[in-house]
Amino acid sequence: MSNLPTQELEHLVDKIREALVHTTVLAELEKLRVDYIGKKGVLTQQLKRVGTMPPEQRPQFGLAVNDAKKAVAALIDARRRVLSDESISQQLLDERLDITLPGRGGRNGGLHPLTRTLDRLVDIFQRMGFDVVDGPEIEDDFHNFEALNIPPNHPARAMHDTFYVGDNSLLRTHTSPVQVRYMGENSPPIRVIAPGRVYRCDSDQTHTPMFHQIEGLAVDEDISFADLKGVLITFLRSFFETDLNIRLRPSYFPFTEPSAEVDISCVFCDGKGCRVCKKTGWLEVLGCGMVHPEVYKNVGIDAEKFTGYAFGLGVERLTMLRYGVDDLRLFFENDLSFLRQF
Amino acid sequence: MIISENWLREWVKLDLGTAGLVDTLTMAGLEVESVEPAGPALDGVVVGRIVAVDHHPNTGRLRVCKVDAGDNDLMTIVCGAPNAAMDVLVPVALPGAELPGGQTVQRSMIREVESEGMLCSASELALGDQSDGLLELDPDARPGQRLYDYLALGDSVIEIDLTPNRGDCLSILGVAREIAVLTGATLHRKSLPEVQAVNDAAIDIDINSPNRCPRYVGRVIEGLDRTARTPCWMSERLRRCGVRPIDPVVDVTNYVMLEIGQPMHAFDRARIKERIVVRQASDSEPIALLDGSTHSLSADTLVIADEGSAIAIAGVMGGEYSAICDDTGSIVLEAAFFSPHELAGHARRYGLHTDSSHRFERGVDPTLPRIASHYATSLLTSITGGRPGPVLEAVDADYLPAPQPVHVRHGRINRLLGVEVTRQDVQSILQRIDSSVGESNSGWQVTPPSHRFDIELECDLIEEVARAWGYDRIPARTPVMKLEQVSAREEELDPRRLKSNLVDRDYREAITYSFVEPLLQRRLQPAEQGIELKNPLSPDLSVMRTSLWPGLLRALIDNINRQHRRIRLFEVGKTFHKEGNEIVETERLGGVVSGNAWPEQWGQGERLVDFFDVKSDLEALFSLTQAGEDFSFHECEEPGLHPGQRAEVRRGSVAIGRVGRLHPAQQSALGLAQAAYLFEIEVSALTSREMPLYRRISRYPAIRRDLAVMVDDSVLAGDLLNLIAKSAGEYLINLELFDVYRREGIDSKRKSIAFGLTLQASSRTLRDNEVDSIINRTLDELRNRYGAELRT
Repeated sequence: MSNLPTQELEHLVDKIREALVHTTVLAELEKLRVDYIGKKGVLTQQLKRVGTMPPEQRPQFGLAVNDAKKAVAALIDARRRVLSDESISQQLLDERLDITLPGRGGRNGGLHPLTRTLDRLVDIFQRMGFDVVDGPEIEDDFHNFEALNIPPNHPARAMHDTFYVGDNSLLRTHTSPVQVRYMGENSPPIRVIAPGRVYRCDSDQTHTPMFHQIEGLAVDEDISFADLKGVLITFLRSFFETDLNIRLRPSYFPFTEPSAEVDISCVFCDGKGCRVCKKTGWLEVLGCGMVHPEVYKNVGIDAEKFTGYAFGLGVERLTMLRYGVDDLRLFFENDLSFLRQF
Repeated sequence: MIISENWLREWVKLDLGTAGLVDTLTMAGLEVESVEPAGPALDGVVVGRIVAVDHHPNTGRLRVCKVDAGDNDLMTIVCGAPNAAMDVLVPVALPGAELPGGQTVQRSMIREVESEGMLCSASELALGDQSDGLLELDPDARPGQRLYDYLALGDSVIEIDLTPNRGDCLSILGVAREIAVLTGATLHRKSLPEVQAVNDAAIDIDINSPNRCPRYVGRVIEGLDRTARTPCWMSERLRRCGVRPIDPVVDVTNYVMLEIGQPMHAFDRARIKERIVVRQASDSEPIALLDGSTHSLSADTLVIADEGSAIAIAGVMGGEYSAICDDTGSIVLEAAFFSPHELAGHARRYGLHTDSSHRFERGVDPTLPRIASHYATSLLTSITGGRPGPVLEAVDADYLPAPQPVHVRHGRINRLLGVEVTRQDVQSILQRIDSSVGESNSGWQVTPPSHRFDIELECDLIEEVARAWGYDRIPARTPVMKLEQVSAREEELDPRRLKSNLVDRDYREAITYSFVEPLLQRRLQPAEQGIELKNPLSPDLSVMRTSLWPGLLRALIDNINRQHRRIRLFEVGKTFHKEGNEIVETERLGGVVSGNAWPEQWGQGERLVDFFDVKSDLEALFSLTQAGEDFSFHECEEPGLHPGQRAEVRRGSVAIGRVGRLHPAQQSALGLAQAAYLFEIEVSALTSREMPLYRRISRYPAIRRDLAVMVDDSVLAGDLLNLIAKSAGEYLINLELFDVYRREGIDSKRKSIAFGLTLQASSRTLRDNEVDSIINRTLDELRNRYGAELRT
């Protein structure tokens, strides 16, 4: 009889061990813990039997019960770890995603390719110390033509098919009137660019009635043609990010003299000659020259003291060369299939 | 300007080949547009002489020719050309010859007569457009000679894109002269013949406008043989220079113009009444021109007239009545000098542009008319015979342009070009220009030649020096600049930031034309008076936009037509407004949105975009100013927008734009199946931003209370938000409107709105009773002002 309570304890522990194996979730395990070693648990209750025992057996039985409780607690902990590991594993399994499904939410739009080019050009010139200035798009004859040494009936006017909105007001045919306005209001040293829309009454495969130019102007005490060359070469090489060959060819603009057109080695064939450059190896990209004394006279700048250069470049042209766009008209059709490529 | 290389080389001795010549021209500012062979190779095409012509035995339409093509045996060739006649020299395509049109010539039986080759017209050989007869060759052609050799087709046709300042290069002589200046090559000054008068046939010439026409040279030539044909060598040269051969008289005047640059005209002597007068037109004076057009002239037009009426617009085009015709026996040849400034714009005014006006407007050498008159007389009489009278010249020397000396400083040249060009180099270049050059202390005194109308100022000469010296020899100076900071103010918001914000919210940037359809614009903004173009390209693009919306809506429609369904576009650009007599340009940012709120995707239902999606895009933009609370939305009257879904946007109390849904009536008028939302804001209202100002962060707990109230449907949420913000006072650190709810059936005129208030004090923990009293106070005010009841 003296071994019996201890044996019962061992039996009980075995029973619990057996029961634990069958537990599958943490809640079951917790219930077992409460049932056996909680305050009113079967094992805990065994201590009540101490009172019914002979005094010499009491300490030993008490210890045995506590040992049994500890053993059970350890078993439960071990089982808990197993179950908890299993539960995490199951959770991981359950929560497994097809990570190749597309992401959700909004997407990005994009800037117009011309803006992209304009922004780059402005950045390049700002790094070279040019300020950005602006002028009206509806101009008068004086600023658009006369002050630029293009009097009425000058043959150069025939090359500017002009849109008129009044007898004396017109849509500017180039950004050059900004030169006149800026020089009229500011004294040298001057170093500015003026980007913007310009208009000509012409529409076919290679002309749109509206397009974009950037005008450049630098006037100071000793600015020479060599400075103009330096700025243009720096700018063109930064824009195309390559060591292009660049040549200046004599040309004619009424408001600059000497005047030049600037060619770059063809970016499509590396100057070897292809369809785009008409087999010449060269692409015309902009016009420029030294500001004509007549223009200085019209804006009240001393042409003896100051010299300077001006240039005007076509933003569409540069964009087409940069991204390989072969139809000018695409820029103003705003087809999403086109815009999404930029 | 199109020139024949061989013709050019008659005038200037050059060591350069074609490529070198082209490069020299281009790099001197005479940009070569194209270089083409003068004609096809024409292998197997030789000169033949028709020695016998018989009727074809089986058809009246054809003839059988015996042709000497250089061999001992005559060839038999069947031919239908009307001018196949005895002793005529023509091109013969031998069997095996491949013609430019792709046809290979073969022996063939033509209605039972064997034809051993083919006699050719100009068009069959790609040597002109004449196809109604055989190409007749000149008597010096030798039967059997290759046609390619006879016509010297081993020539290049060079097209030069001349700038308007270089009228002096609008001739073979002019280009040759320019090459001589550039390369130092020798110009052959061909001595042009002078033809003495054989009779005294004359006509009076009176100049009434000597300022516009200081020199007029006329010459009467009588007894022309009108059956004569322009020689082949001449018509070939004309063809190569892009001029169609017509008739010996016209051809000769064109030939002289092409070769030396003097435009000429020939009148039928019999059609000129009494005399020639150079005068202003009378007001509305009528004239019928050679090209069949008729004009009513304005009084400042210069005309050539006879005693009765105008017979030509001076320097532009001759009249129809006085033009030479088949019966013309005598002519008056005109070679005049018209002042370029005085003639400028005359042709254009009448919608005309001729080889003659093109040259006169740019300046023709005033010393040429006499020379040209002699030269033309000599060429013409050698073709058509005829008896020339004396050269008749009316001149007013006071009005002839006299080249003025121009001073150019050596120092100025080098300062402007940024390179050292030596004195010797400058002097040699100036002398090559054919100027009279005198040395001075600082430079040179240069009197330009009579053909250089473009040299008037020092900078004109500097350009000449730079051009001849070589632009490529001017170094490039790396940009140097003063270390002067271009200061960007932090309180200014870069407009580019506005664009990136919209881009990040899935908008694509559009660029639309600044001129739009008037009808569409008027429908959207009936009160705005758009600025109209006087000469629009088309009615669709005829009025300056007063809003970005017409252009954006057009882009929307175009995209829908291209099967796009979800469209979000914005544009930044100017709009144009009339304010009294002033034109005001405003920079605006506008957008159009249509289709689904989100791109199509899995796991999220589709929903069409609505007013609040677009409003949120605007609020995001406004928040870039760090002063989002300055912006507010107010009900408005914008006619193009849906009356229940439109708002005026204000910053402070200033209206800065509009947003809303396109009016359903407009939507249907535009044929749009889906709703579209529009917005437009003044850019200047968005580019000033507030400087951030740090406030200490409270370390005490924040308390959140939610408040759901029932109000009448007409109560505006914005008013409730304003009231709560004011009433809750300083401890309110955040206020959200998180629910709007209408319960069907219960009370359709009421709605429930729920707010979340977060309260926090900066230096202590708020007590519950304090928070309660704030909430109660707020509720009381909501009840009193808006009849709000707490929803339980």
